[in-house]
Amino acid sequence: MTARVGVITFPGTLDDRDTQRAVRVAGLDAVPLWHRDKDLKQVDAVVLPGGFSYGDYLRAGAISRFSPVMESVIEQAKAGMPVLGICNGFQVLTETHLLPGAMLRNNHLHFICRDQKLRVENAETAWTRSYEQGQEINIPLKNIDGRYVADERVLDELEAEGRVVVRYRGGGLGGYPPKERSNPNGSLRDIAGITNEAGNVVGLMPHPEHAVEPLIGTGGTDGLGFFTSILKKLVDA
Amino acid sequence: MARVVVDVMLKPEILDPQGQAVQRALPRLGFEGIADVRQGKRFELEVEGPVDDAALARIREIAETFLANTVIEDFTVRIEADQAADAALAAQAES
Repeated sequence: MTARVGVITFPGTLDDRDTQRAVRVAGLDAVPLWHRDKDLKQVDAVVLPGGFSYGDYLRAGAISRFSPVMESVIEQAKAGMPVLGICNGFQVLTETHLLPGAMLRNNHLHFICRDQKLRVENAETAWTRSYEQGQEINIPLKNIDGRYVADERVLDELEAEGRVVVRYRGGGLGGYPPKERSNPNGSLRDIAGITNEAGNVVGLMPHPEHAVEPLIGTGGTDGLGFFTSILKKLVDA
Repeated sequence: MARVVVDVMLKPEILDPQGQAVQRALPRLGFEGIADVRQGKRFELEVEGPVDDAALARIREIAETFLANTVIEDFTVRIEADQAADAALAAQAES
């Protein structure tokens, strides 16, 4: 029996189907979860996919945080269940305070859509153990509220504890902003993704689920590691 | 019904590119002399029943947990001016 990974759909979520597919490509069972349903259907892990839940009204992720399904996710995440937030899902995780800091409008005010190089800074989390420490990967980035901010104390703490999971590296590979600009959105200390103290909750702005098959996305499969990582984690456990 | 206004602003140390874009547009429109613009949100809450200390405490809780993200934003809570005058009159009438 393989592990079951829940993928939540909020009103306005866009990437739930792609995420379910990525989960299946990695060899896991994908279980659709609905925002109004507190029942997590006994999944072993949960992914909060990208999109514009509740239209990004108030702040991105602010209203999703209070949905019934999130009550269960918060409870289970605190008990150690692996949770991955991608893009809007990352925004939801900061709004719930499962992850520190907050996401703001990109410093150039444009919507970004480009393939983005990242450096894996922590290959020990539940969601990154298929990668090597320091590995460079290329996956799509698409958002307008992608600027990660936190106060200096929190940023120092994240770095000291190795909780920066991925950083923006080098140029983008097409799309906006131009490739000369290595930090695509003004995120402090080039942070693209972080984890909590326990390493079970990870949030990142770029989209690994769009880079799991050669036919689509970047043409590579650099994003698949996030999903095979969780397979490894759950099967080893 | 009484109105309570909650103003939410980005903390001073947080970069506000939207405010900067507004500020940079001003000279092009012929408006000079504005050194800085910061953009925030204003919420108008129509409150059922009296706006007493308990109601204001509840609204502060709403602001702190939901309307503002205190990681990046500060907020203020106030009773709207003419409403405040009405409330004062009502309080006088009661005493």
